[in-house]
Amino acid sequence: MIKILTTKNTKLTKYTKYIKVFFVCFVYFVSFVVALSAQAPPKRIISLVPNVTEILFAIGAGPQVVAVSTYDVEPPEVRSLPTVGALIDPDTERIISLRPDLVVTYGSQADLQAQLTRASIPFFDYRHGGLDHIMVTMRALGARTGHVDQAEKVARGLQAGIDAVKNRVAGKPRPRTLLVFGREPGSLRNVYASAGRGFLHDMLVVAGGEDVLNDVDKESAQVSTEMILARKPDVILELNSASRLNEADLKAVVDPWMTLSSVPAVRNKRVIILNGPGLTVPGPRVLDGIQKMADALHP
Amino acid sequence: MSIRRRIVTVVAAFATFAIAVMIWAPTVGSTPISLARAFDRSIPWDDNVDAQIFFVARLPRVLAGGLVGATLAAAGVVLQALLRNPLATPFTLGVSAGASLGAMLAVTMRLEMTVLGITSIPLASFAGSLVATAIVYALASSQRRGLSTNVLLLAGVTLNAFFSALILFVQYLADFAEALRAIRWMMGGLDVGSYFPIVAALPFVLISFVAFAMMTRTLNLLSVGTEAAAARGVEIVRAQRLAFMSASLATGAAVSLGGPIGFIGIIVPHLVRLIVGSDHRIVLPASALFGAAFLVLCDLAARTLMSPIEIPVGVVTALIGGPFFLWLLVKRS
Repeated sequence: MIKILTTKNTKLTKYTKYIKVFFVCFVYFVSFVVALSAQAPPKRIISLVPNVTEILFAIGAGPQVVAVSTYDVEPPEVRSLPTVGALIDPDTERIISLRPDLVVTYGSQADLQAQLTRASIPFFDYRHGGLDHIMVTMRALGARTGHVDQAEKVARGLQAGIDAVKNRVAGKPRPRTLLVFGREPGSLRNVYASAGRGFLHDMLVVAGGEDVLNDVDKESAQVSTEMILARKPDVILELNSASRLNEADLKAVVDPWMTLSSVPAVRNKRVIILNGPGLTVPGPRVLDGIQKMADALHP
Repeated sequence: MSIRRRIVTVVAAFATFAIAVMIWAPTVGSTPISLARAFDRSIPWDDNVDAQIFFVARLPRVLAGGLVGATLAAAGVVLQALLRNPLATPFTLGVSAGASLGAMLAVTMRLEMTVLGITSIPLASFAGSLVATAIVYALASSQRRGLSTNVLLLAGVTLNAFFSALILFVQYLADFAEALRAIRWMMGGLDVGSYFPIVAALPFVLISFVAFAMMTRTLNLLSVGTEAAAARGVEIVRAQRLAFMSASLATGAAVSLGGPIGFIGIIVPHLVRLIVGSDHRIVLPASALFGAAFLVLCDLAARTLMSPIEIPVGVVTALIGGPFFLWLLVKRS
């Protein structure tokens, strides 16, 4: 009896071995196929994040982009592409009907991401970060869209440009700077400034300035008139989105600052307006913004 | 004590409090300053940081707070009497929603004109408040018998809702930066940074206050009821018009200066009534003075509590006002 059982068991063990081998092969094969299909670069990309669209075009994935957000204007090629809403109002129906095989979403678009998951459409989850995050995003998108080499080249080029600016300003005194990116036109009410953290702060540091609001440790802060007077910035750098400012416009923009005549930046005429669209877009054009900042801080 | 004497005593007490607060407030802030240096004329203005902090940053702010607080509290008293509704506020009749819509449009349409030192947002918000007032007035006076308080109230509430919907719509279409700016404006802010906006709002507020001063007796009668007031010889229609128009004008000017700062117009009148009773000859001036002091104190908290970051003053008044409002509702029921 015992013998029979043992024989049977031996037979069973023999089969189990084959089954195991087959199973392992099967799993290997399936995962190979899945991996292969996942590795296949997407052919129809929809980008809902304008700065990521710029990155996609810079790394050579432009031809794969089939639709963009309503805020996309750069590079010029995107202006003829269909638009599918934006951050708070993505048009899910239209997105799905365009049959994308990759959608670039912003981190806060959880509802859209859930809907894409249900529709089995892969998405690239993006969130703004510091300056280094641009290069990280470039490489990640390069890997995802099949442009590893070009993404690497563009990322290295950008890093080299940033390093060049760093070297240029190295050793020079770093002026204490208030980096303003918004206020009520014609007055000093509701002044918003970079405050010790984030992308704009990183740009300022690379360009050789010291953030006068370093201790606040926020990406942006509303600064009162009293705070500006008390912090005594050496330079006030103000970002203005206007593509062109003539003499009169420039005077109108600078004039409200003149009330704060005890601030060193005002007294020494170092209230500098940096204008132009895209100065602060976290994408391939960021180097241009950093260079302009460096020129302003270290003429 | 004769009523005249009582009025003088109470108003003098409230005035002392308001003046004390307004003298003290500019001496405190997120940065320590030397008052001796601030008032030292021998130091050139361009080198005197302390003087600039005192005269450019703090003093206009305190004055704006005083003006806006006094106006909103007084307008609250007038509207509560006019509408015979203790829950009425200066914003009940759509003035602030009109002003907000105006400001919102100025922000999103990027209007950048400046008239006599006044920028586009205050101008547009004042224009918006006038439009809202005109609409409510036209609706309420369509009947010959005078302004029906019910119609006024309903028209105001409806207009508030309608304008709020328009504001949301405009906001939805706006850029993020613009939407943020408009939202920030709606939280209220008194960091005016110059005396121009205060001087510009002052005439409208003064005219309204003259009208308020003339109607205290009428308000006493109106708050009892229109029939009773008519029986005592009050020209109801005229009195209602004057009350409505002056309160709206003052509110419009105050909102264009400091944004729609909530709860001042309801907390202050009720607190003052708890202290001094319900005679409008006392309640009105006392509320104006207490409103001024209250808003200046709230703004002091706003600019110092979380320094170097500021809390929007409307958030501070709402944080104090919300629980108070609830307490008032529970107490009434």
